[in-house]
Amino acid sequence: MRSTLHPFVALVASLALAACATTPTTEDEADDGPLPFASTYTPRPSTPTLIRGATVFDGNGAELAGADVLMQDGRIVSVGAGLSAPEGATIIDGAGRFVTPGIIDAHSHLGVYPSPSISATSDGNEATQPNTAEVWAEHSVWPQDPGFLRAVAGGITTLHVLPGSANLFGGRGVTLRPVLGARTVQEMKFPDAPHSLKMACGENPARVYGGRNSSPSTGMGNVAGYRQAFINARRYARQLESAENGEGEPPDRDLEMETLAGVLNGDILLQWHCYRADEMANAIEISHEFDFEIAAFHHAVEAYKITDLLVREDICAAMWADWWGFKIEAYDGIRENIPFVHAGGGCAIVHSDSEVGIQRLNQEAAKALADGRRAGVEITRAEAWTWLSRNPARALHIDEETGTLEAGRRADVVVWSADPLSSYAVAERVYIDGALIYERGALVDPPSDFELGQTYRERAQ
Amino acid sequence: MKFISALLLAMMLVAPAAAETVLIRDGRVVTNGAAGTIENGDVLIIDGRISAVGANIAAPRGARVVEAQGRYVTAGAFAAMSEIGLSEISGSGAQNDANVEGALVAASADAGRAFNPGVTAIAVTRMEGVTRAAIAPSSTATMFGGRGALVSLDGGDDSVFRQSAFMVVELGEVGARRTGGSRAAVWPAFEAALRDAREYPGRYRSGQGGAVLNELDAAALQPFARGQGLFLVHVENAADIRRLIRFKRANPSMRFAIHGGAEAWQVAEDLARADIPVIVDPLSNLPDRMERLSARLDNAALLHAAGVTVAIAPAPGTVDAHQARLVLQLAGNAVANGMPWDAAFSAVSRTPAEIFGVGAQIGRLERNYLADVVIWDGDPLQVTSAPTAVFIEGAEQPLVSRQTRLRDRYNPVRRATQP
Repeated sequence: MRSTLHPFVALVASLALAACATTPTTEDEADDGPLPFASTYTPRPSTPTLIRGATVFDGNGAELAGADVLMQDGRIVSVGAGLSAPEGATIIDGAGRFVTPGIIDAHSHLGVYPSPSISATSDGNEATQPNTAEVWAEHSVWPQDPGFLRAVAGGITTLHVLPGSANLFGGRGVTLRPVLGARTVQEMKFPDAPHSLKMACGENPARVYGGRNSSPSTGMGNVAGYRQAFINARRYARQLESAENGEGEPPDRDLEMETLAGVLNGDILLQWHCYRADEMANAIEISHEFDFEIAAFHHAVEAYKITDLLVREDICAAMWADWWGFKIEAYDGIRENIPFVHAGGGCAIVHSDSEVGIQRLNQEAAKALADGRRAGVEITRAEAWTWLSRNPARALHIDEETGTLEAGRRADVVVWSADPLSSYAVAERVYIDGALIYERGALVDPPSDFELGQTYRERAQ
Repeated sequence: MKFISALLLAMMLVAPAAAETVLIRDGRVVTNGAAGTIENGDVLIIDGRISAVGANIAAPRGARVVEAQGRYVTAGAFAAMSEIGLSEISGSGAQNDANVEGALVAASADAGRAFNPGVTAIAVTRMEGVTRAAIAPSSTATMFGGRGALVSLDGGDDSVFRQSAFMVVELGEVGARRTGGSRAAVWPAFEAALRDAREYPGRYRSGQGGAVLNELDAAALQPFARGQGLFLVHVENAADIRRLIRFKRANPSMRFAIHGGAEAWQVAEDLARADIPVIVDPLSNLPDRMERLSARLDNAALLHAAGVTVAIAPAPGTVDAHQARLVLQLAGNAVANGMPWDAAFSAVSRTPAEIFGVGAQIGRLERNYLADVVIWDGDPLQVTSAPTAVFIEGAEQPLVSRQTRLRDRYNPVRRATQP
């Protein structure tokens, strides 16, 4: 399930090669330009930082008591007892505090459905046709969304922003750093993180298009829509490949096809909104038919019914702790979904899909942990933290960069006031790439331009 | 007084036929009353009511003794706003009785007469320690959201223990949207509706009709317009709240509570002085609407500190039929943001009962209160805690739901140990 961290390089390079292999035209030369929308994210300035004597969840399932965490040059240097501070290091007293890897939300709509939520800002669903694989969520992300600050204050250091679920193919998702003060989405893009493709099962596409008396209007219409699109994409990918090998002309560039072909060749991760067990099984069949991988099912309210399938296929499940009943495909939601997937050996992820929930995913993990234990599943609190950092990092293919406190990983670290698997803990300090991005109580001005100078808000100071 | 006697009548009707005598022994008893929290306390339940609370209570003959082993023993939680019982499934085109469409019925919509005690959500919610709820429609075509009811979550035929407990009215953005699109229309329309209601039935019988209300809505609104019932007003921003405070000053006989109040912290002292309670959502901290631009996480704490009566429930727009159990998590988050624990727990138990006028019967562990009692395996405001026993009016409730049945069917641990 691993693939390169460079999602577009392969595809665009192949296009470029193809362009070279044939008679160049003005249009083809345009393809030789730099990759558009590349990350311009740079870590904020940091000093070496040593957190001393904290309880540490390492993100790999281990808990260390009275441990130190050393960060330098944006990376984790070491975790252990009695570490010595480099010269000029900032020392943080970890006594009574907990230190964890930053939380990674694999399913957010911050920026594309920002606050304020009004018709003009409702930017997450290109619900004009069921296949909009050509659109990219990042082109709707508003970096001034005040939700980013709230997310960071909840310990979020990375989030994956997806289009909505109105369409069979909603478009590309993007992995972002919620660094405060970013002016452009490029300044937020996690360097070299692959794009995803958001697909959606079930009620939403069938309702949206069925309501317009167009296809899909049923579950079978959904599946036909997926398969036909992948048939077309496979043809496109083969033409590309042939042209690369000097056989025939490359196809005209087609943004929709580029995304789908990226899924077929593994450069683009498939994040598939799917609630029901039987629909996830159908999705797996389609992945076999067209030989692609599914990174994660999202929402996966019935994942607990098919943990064996998910394990066999190496597909993560990104879930809520306890949402249920708001529609029929969420009727079988149980509080033990996350711990049961975990107990079955699956890759369980706690996700938010909510600008409110993203602020306290640690509490959602705490609920799932406690409910799992009551059902007899043995889980340590440090294991539960893997649902918040390592496992989402896996599903986003950034696990060699972040998600744990292993030496060399990006220093994405949260210092909590107390055991974060509780209602009362708050994030006191949040580091991204070793830089202190958020400190509780320290903000003078709101980082979002939207909130700056609002009369009501200033009265709060 | 009239509604109290009606309440007592309703209570008699729903009291379990043969309620047990139960002595809960040696708990950390949160009384929500003058006795505060009693360590190593006992609670005696007889005939569905609390008979005694204190230390070393002798078990009457035949009493069942439940050892609390030092655990929290509290009053049941009271969801101060929910749509529980108004749908089995709220979306997917399933029947949802929280949505009232059309011009015929708005103020006269009556949640108590839509409530179904047989919905799956009742058992799901009850087993997490929520024993009572206030329910109301989520939307109508006018500024009047209809009549709310108070319900028990015991699933019995007589679960609705108070009909027409309050009238929902939208006086902020939502009200504006339903009243010609502008706040400029909201207050004139509200005042005209109150006049119609006060003059019911006269002006309707005379053929004059109402200025803004049809006859049904005028009749439903009348007791509230005359100060005999509570208006639950949805407003969020400070300006709208100030207008409400001024209106109440001019109409002291009318009774108001606020639901929402994201910016209430700005006018906390005025609210305390005007004696207007506020039902807030401690997670409401986003400027997601123009009327919530200064929403903040410590709203509940600031209001409480200023002496405002504070209850906790999901914000308007996020009230639902399935997750009333999360009110305890909301209260825990209020504590995380500065509200004292006792006030936060009261905000999801005693205070809602008081706001809705049943505070003499429900919400405390004191003698003669209805025996809605929960024993917890930890701090009830901690997300990791859950009840080990739930009593409603002295009857112990099964800790079983459709969800636990699904859990047991698919539990990998249990399956692994089966032959």
